[in-house]
Amino acid sequence: MARDPAIETSPVVSDEVKYTTCYMCACRCGIKVHLKDGLVRYIEGNRNHPVNKGVICGKGSSGIMQHYSPARLRKPLKRVGPRGENAFVEIEWEEALSIATGWLKTIRDTDPKKLAFFTGRDQSQSLTGWWATQFGTPNFAAHGGFCSVNMAAAGLYTIGGSFWEFGEPDWERSKYLMLFGVAEDHDSNPIKTGLGKMKGRGAKVVSVNPIRTGYSAVADEWLGIRPGTDGLFVMALIHELLHADKVDLDYLVRYTNAPWLVVQNPGGADHGLFARDASGAPLAWDVTKGEMVDARLPEIHPAVVGEFTLPDGRVAVPSFQLLADRYMAGEYAPDAVADRCGIPADTIRRIARELAEVAFEQTITLDVEWTDWAGRKHDKIIGRPVAMHAMRGISAHSNGFHTCRAIHVLQVLLGSVEVPGGFRFKPPFPKPIPPGIKPAGKTYTPNTPLTGAPLGFPTGPEDLVLEADGTPIRIDKAYSWEAPLSSHGLMHMVITNAHNADPYPVDLLFMYMANMSWNSTMNTKGVMEMLTAKDPATGEYKIPRIIYSDAYQSEMVAYADLILPDTTYLERWDCISLLDRPICEADGPADAIRQPVVEPDRDVRSFQSVILDLGARLGLPGMTNPDGTAKYPGGYADYIVNHERAPGIGPLAGWRGEAGDQHGRGAANPNQLKAYIDHQAFWHHELAPDQKFYKFANKGYLDFAVQMGFVGHADQIVIQLYSETMQKFKLAAQGHGAVQPPDHLRARVETSFDPLPVWYVPFEESMIDTTAYPIHALTQRPMIMYHSWGSQNAWLRQILGRNKLYVATSKARELGVEDGDWVKVSSHNGEIKVQVKTMEGLNHDTVWTWNAIGKRSGAWNLAPDAPEAKQGFLLNHLISELLPRDASGKRITNSDPITGQAAWFDLRVRIEKVKPGEEVCEPQFPTLPRLVGLEPAPTVNSYGASFHQKARDERSPA
Amino acid sequence: MHPAYSVIFFTTASGAGYGLLVLAAIFAISGLMPATAWLGFVTNGLALGLIAGGLLSSTFHLGHPERAWRALTQWRSSWLSREGVLAVATFVPAGLFAIGWVFLGTTTGFFGWMGAAAAVLAVATVISTSMIYASLITIRQWNNGIVPVAYLVLGLMSGAVLLEAVTRLFGVHGSHVDVVAIVLIVVGWLVKLAYWHSADTGLVKTTLATATGLGRFGSVRLLEQPHTEENFLMQEMGFVVARKHARRLRAIAQATLFVVPLAATIASLFVAPMVAMVLALVAVVSLAVGLLTERWLFFAEAKHDCMVYYGR
Amino acid sequence: MTSLPKHPPAKRLGLAIDLDTCVGCHACATNCKEWNTGGISAPLTDVNAYQAEQRGVWFNRVYTYEVGGEGPDARTVHFPKNCLHCEQPACVTVCPTGASYKRSEDGIVLVDHDKCIGCKLCSWACPYGNREYDEHVGVMKKCTLCVDKIYNQNLPEVDRVPACVAACPAKARHFGDFADPNSTVSKLTRDRGGYDLAPETGYLPTSKYLPPRPGKRSEAMPAAAPAPAIAGAGRFLKWVDRVLTR
Repeated sequence: MARDPAIETSPVVSDEVKYTTCYMCACRCGIKVHLKDGLVRYIEGNRNHPVNKGVICGKGSSGIMQHYSPARLRKPLKRVGPRGENAFVEIEWEEALSIATGWLKTIRDTDPKKLAFFTGRDQSQSLTGWWATQFGTPNFAAHGGFCSVNMAAAGLYTIGGSFWEFGEPDWERSKYLMLFGVAEDHDSNPIKTGLGKMKGRGAKVVSVNPIRTGYSAVADEWLGIRPGTDGLFVMALIHELLHADKVDLDYLVRYTNAPWLVVQNPGGADHGLFARDASGAPLAWDVTKGEMVDARLPEIHPAVVGEFTLPDGRVAVPSFQLLADRYMAGEYAPDAVADRCGIPADTIRRIARELAEVAFEQTITLDVEWTDWAGRKHDKIIGRPVAMHAMRGISAHSNGFHTCRAIHVLQVLLGSVEVPGGFRFKPPFPKPIPPGIKPAGKTYTPNTPLTGAPLGFPTGPEDLVLEADGTPIRIDKAYSWEAPLSSHGLMHMVITNAHNADPYPVDLLFMYMANMSWNSTMNTKGVMEMLTAKDPATGEYKIPRIIYSDAYQSEMVAYADLILPDTTYLERWDCISLLDRPICEADGPADAIRQPVVEPDRDVRSFQSVILDLGARLGLPGMTNPDGTAKYPGGYADYIVNHERAPGIGPLAGWRGEAGDQHGRGAANPNQLKAYIDHQAFWHHELAPDQKFYKFANKGYLDFAVQMGFVGHADQIVIQLYSETMQKFKLAAQGHGAVQPPDHLRARVETSFDPLPVWYVPFEESMIDTTAYPIHALTQRPMIMYHSWGSQNAWLRQILGRNKLYVATSKARELGVEDGDWVKVSSHNGEIKVQVKTMEGLNHDTVWTWNAIGKRSGAWNLAPDAPEAKQGFLLNHLISELLPRDASGKRITNSDPITGQAAWFDLRVRIEKVKPGEEVCEPQFPTLPRLVGLEPAPTVNSYGASFHQKARDERSPA
Repeated sequence: MHPAYSVIFFTTASGAGYGLLVLAAIFAISGLMPATAWLGFVTNGLALGLIAGGLLSSTFHLGHPERAWRALTQWRSSWLSREGVLAVATFVPAGLFAIGWVFLGTTTGFFGWMGAAAAVLAVATVISTSMIYASLITIRQWNNGIVPVAYLVLGLMSGAVLLEAVTRLFGVHGSHVDVVAIVLIVVGWLVKLAYWHSADTGLVKTTLATATGLGRFGSVRLLEQPHTEENFLMQEMGFVVARKHARRLRAIAQATLFVVPLAATIASLFVAPMVAMVLALVAVVSLAVGLLTERWLFFAEAKHDCMVYYGR
Repeated sequence: MTSLPKHPPAKRLGLAIDLDTCVGCHACATNCKEWNTGGISAPLTDVNAYQAEQRGVWFNRVYTYEVGGEGPDARTVHFPKNCLHCEQPACVTVCPTGASYKRSEDGIVLVDHDKCIGCKLCSWACPYGNREYDEHVGVMKKCTLCVDKIYNQNLPEVDRVPACVAACPAKARHFGDFADPNSTVSKLTRDRGGYDLAPETGYLPTSKYLPPRPGKRSEAMPAAAPAPAIAGAGRFLKWVDRVLTR
C-alpha cells in the first residue's frame, strides 16, 4: 500500500494576530492581520465585524502587496526642478514642516481663503474639515463632489439618509431588489453578501444599468438603460403605480409631507411654499373635522387631494396632489419614455406591476410591539419587501440629484423605506431633513476660525456662501448659484478655478490622496497644463504652491512642491467615526479604528498626525493649549481619544467615560484605544427589536438617537417628498427675495430647482451636436481596483493590466469594428486612441471602459513600458470640467446644477476606426524619471518564500 | 502547444539515433554490415551520440535537471518514466553490442543477442516517447493511434537515411539499405499524411460549452480572461501557429523530410559513388531540416483543451 | 506515488461553486494567492511583478463568459476555476517522479515540490488548465485545497476552510466532503443540479459547479392595460374620499 508523503498540515500561521480596518477601498471592512517574523503573513476578514462579517474581497486580500508596494514614498521631498518633472530632493520632516508652516502662516495672517485644502479619498473628514474650520478657510472639501454627492444630498433632502453609509436594503427579508447604476462602487462586500442571500432564497434582483457586469451579471433581470434616462424610467414606474392606485397612502400620511398643504399662488413670492400657521407649523386639511390642522399632529385625518382655502384666503393643495398631478401626466407614461430610455414600455409596466405585487401582496408582518413618536403603541411592524440601491450610474449625471430623488419618491410611495424587507437606515441616520448644519464661510477673517464647518446644508438662498455682490466665496464655487446645495464641495473645479483666478487665485493648494493630475480629474491633459502654467507677467506658477500628501508615487506627486509622505493603512491609527462616514448597519451603530499592525520602515508619518502638528505650529485654537503647546502631542491617536466635538461626544463612541463603561456620550477615556483593540478594533451596538424600524418615527429609536447625539431632539423626522427648499431657490430665480441668481444662471436655476423630481436632458448632451457625438461613454470601477491604488498592486495588475473600450456587438457591426481594432474616440473636449473589445451585455448606444487602469509612464514605480502606461488609457481626457460655452459666452462647471456633482457620465463621443499603422494608445506623455529615494522595483516577487523556508528549517535543523 | 526546442531536438535526435541503432543491429546481425571497427565506431557512436544528446537536451527544459533520476521511478503509471527507464536500459545491450562490434569485431553470438535486445528496447523506447504524447487525451491532435506509428516510422526512416550516408562513407553500401530507406521514406510520408488528415478532421470533444457546462444556455463566448497579460498556461499551451503559416510549413516539411531524401536516395542508384555520397549527405541535411520542421509543427499545431477556457 | 490510491479515498473533499451568485470579484483568486504564497506551496512567484508581461502563479482564476443570445438575451457568467481534485487525475499518473499524488485519505491532489523535476507533463495532462508552473522555482504548483489550512490545529475550527471559500463575499463557494451524502456540498449538488466540467474527459472531477438559475420574470402576468388617460382633477377621485389617519 502506497503511503502518502508526510506533509505539515498544521503549520503555525502567525506569531500574532492584530485586528484593524481595511483601506483597500472605501468599504472599511474589519480585518484580521496575521503577522509572522515581523511581516504580514495573511489578511482575512473579521467574522464579528458588522460590515463584512468575515468575508473579504479581491482588493482586501491583496493588501500585502499594497503594503509592500515599491511605489511607497519614503521621505519628505522638496521640489528642485520645474514642476511636473519629478525632480525632488529628500528633506527631513523638520524642514518639511517648517516650510509648510511658513507658507500656511503667511496665508492665515493675511487671507485664509487663499488656502485651498482638499483631501480626496480621505477617511478622516471630521478631522480635516475641523482643521480647515480652525484655520479659517472656507475652501475645504473631500472628494464627494466628484464622487456621489447627488446620492447623498438627494437622500438627505428627501428621506433623511441615503444609500451606502446611510442605509441599506434589508438583505435578510427583502423579496425584490432594484439596483440602479450600481457597479463595484461602494458597500461592496455587503452588497455581494446580500445578493448571495437574496438569490439564495429566491428573491428577485433587477439591475438597471447600461452595462451588464458584476452585480448586473447575476441579476435576475438586466435592463440596459440608456445613460442619464433613469429618472424618466423611475417616473414612468411612479406613473404606473399612481394610476393603479398602488401607493401606500397610510404610510404617506403618517410619515411624509404628502398631506402638507402647498400654497398655490402662481407668480407670488409664496407660490409653492408650505402653508403654515402663525407658529410656522405646516398645515393639513382634516377631512373629518373639516378644518386646517397642524400637519404634524397625530390622529388627524388629512386630505391627500383636493383644493382648500386657507384662513387668509389663499388657495392650497396637499403636496401629494401636486406629485400625483405631475407623474400621472401622459409625458411620464411608459409609452412616452420607452424609446428615450431604451426599455420597452411593456417591460416598464411589468416592473411596476411586480413592484406593486411584492409591496402590497407579499407584505411582511413582524409581531414586534413598538411605540411611535407620538407615544402610540403598535403591535406589529408592516414590511413592504421592495428594496432599492443606487450609486454612481445615477449620481454622475447632471440630472442625477433629481433622478436619485425620484428613486426615493418611488421607494416612499411603495411604503418601503425603514420597513422590514425595504430600505433601512443605518444609524446615525435618519437625520433631520436636511441636517441642521449650514455651511460656514460667509465670513472669513485672518487668524480666526470659521464660525462652523465649511460644509453644510442650505435651506434657502440666504444660506449660500457668497460675497455681498454675489461672487462665490469658495474657490470651487460651492454654495454659489452654480451649485447651491453642493454639500460635498466641487473638488474637480479647484485647479481649473485657481488657474483661471475665477473667482480668485489661491496661494497654496494643499491636497491629500487625490490623483488630480491623472485619474481623479476631468480633462487630465488640460489640468496637467494648468498645474505647470505660469503667469507670463511674473514668471510664477499660476498656482504658486502645492503641498501634497500621499503614501505612493501617484501621478500627482510630480506636480507638488512639497511632498508629505503618508503611511500605508497597516501602519497607522485611524478612526472610522460616527462624526464622519460611519460603518453602521441598520441594526445598530458601529465605529472602528485602524491600529498600526506593523511599524513603518520608511521616514513617513500619518497625514492626520502631520496636520495636527501643523495646526499646533500655526497655533490653531483647537490644536493648541492656552500655553501655546500642542494639544495633541501624541498625534492622531491622541486626538482620537481626547478630542471632544461636543461635550462627551468624541471621534469614537465606544468605551467612553473614565471607566470605559459609557457608549455614545461620556468623558474621554485614556484607555479607549486599548478597549477597541481588545474588542477587535470596532464598537457595535445592537438596537432593541422595537427600535429597528420606522426609525424616523420610532420613539424608542429617536430617544436613543438623542442620547447618542445623532439628532438634537426626538421629534418625528417627516419625509420630504415635496421639497420646499428646492422651491425657495426656484422662487429666487423667478425674481423673489434678496438673494437671486445672476442672469446667466437664472433660467437654469429656475428649471433645475423643482420641488418634485424632474427629468431633463443632461447638459452636455443638450449643448453639443448629438449627431456629431452620438454615443454615450462611461467608466466603471473594476471589482478588484480602488482607483489608481489597485492598478499598481503586483497581484491585481496581473488580473487587469490594460483596459479596452467596450462596444456593444450590435454597435460594433454598425461601425465596422471588431475585437482588437483601434479606434479614435472624440468628444467636444479631445480625442484618444484605444483598442476595442465587443460585448453583448451593453446598451447599444453606450461604450465604456474600466476606470483608472491607465497610468502615466514612470509613475507608481512601474516600468515605463508597463501595459498600464502603453496600452491602458483614461477616458478622463475626453471629459471636460467645463460645459461648452452657453448663450452668454460663459463656460460653467460640468456638474449637477443643484449639488455640483461632477457629471462624469454625461460624456458623449464619436468613434472612428483608425487608419492602419496608427494602432497605438494615445495620448502618451513623457516618461517621468524615477523619483529620488525609490529603488527600482524588483522583477521577481517571491513574497512568502521566507515563511515556508523558515518553517522547513525549523522542522529539520541542518 | 509551445514548441520547446529542447524537446524538438530530443525527440528527433533520439528518434533518429534509435532508428539507426535498430537498422544497424539488424543488418549487422544478419551479416549485411561488416563487423569492422571504424564502421562500428561511427555507426554506433552516431546512434548512441544522437540518443544521448537528445536525452541530455530533454533535461534542458526541466525546472530541476539535477533531479532527473527521479523520473525513473514511476514506470508503473507514467509513459515518461517508462521512456526514461527504457532509454537507460537500452544503453546496456547497445553498449555491449557496440563493444563487440568495435573492439572484438563480432556482431554475432552473445553480441548479436545484445544487438537484438538493443533493437527491441530502442523500438520500445521510441514507442514510449510517442506514448507520452499519444496518451494525453487533453490534446486531440496527439491522442491518436497514428502518433506512435509515426514516431517509430520516422525514427527508423531517419536511421535509414543516416545509414545510407554511413555505408556509402565506408564503401559498404548495398541495395538492401536503399530498399529499406526508400520503403521507410514512402511509408513515413504516408503515415505523416494520414496523421495530418486525422489531426485536421478529428472530432472535437471538448469545447467551451462542455468545459464550462454552460452550453445548455446557448453559445458560450469569452468576455474576460482571468489575466490581461499572458500567463504560464497561455505561454505553454496557448501557442497557435497561423493556419496559413502551418500550410506552408507542412509543404516545407514534406519537401525536406520526404521528397528530397527520397529523390536523393533514388538518384544515388544511378550516379557515381562520389556523387551518391554527396546525395546521401544532402539527404541527411534535408532530413534534419525536415524533422525539425515536422516536429515543430507537431507541437505548434496541437491545441490543448484547456485553451478553450481562454476562448482559443 | 503517482499510481492512484487502490481504494477510493474515505473522504472526497472538494468545492461546489455557485455560478448563480458569483459576481466575479476575484476575492477567491487573491485570497488564495495570499494564503498560499506563504503556505506549503510558498512562494507563488510573480515574474515581472512591476514590469511589462507581468505574470505569476495563481491557483485560482476567474473567467467571464457571455452565454446565449444577443444583447439583453445574453447572460454574463463569472466562472472561477481551480483544481477540481479529480477521481481519475491523469495529471497524477503521468508524473514520472512520484511528485504528484492523490491523497488516499481525502482525495486531495498534491505535488511534492521536493520531488518535482519541473517537466510540466502534468500540466499537459490536465484538461482544465489548473496546474501552475513556477518558472522561478522550477517546480509545478497547484491548488492544495488549502491542506495546510483545513486541518490546521492552530486555527479556530470555523476558519478551517480553504481561503477561497472563507473570502468569497457572495458565498458562491462551498467546501465539503462529496463522499458524505449529507454534506452541504452533496446536498447542493443534488438540489441544484451540480455538474462536472468537461465530463467527456473521464477525469471525474470531485468539485462540482452549480448552474446559474433561470432569471425571474413574471412573463406569465397579463400585460397591463394601458393607463387610462383621465385628464384634470378627475383622476384624483379615487383618493378624495379616503379617510386616512396620521
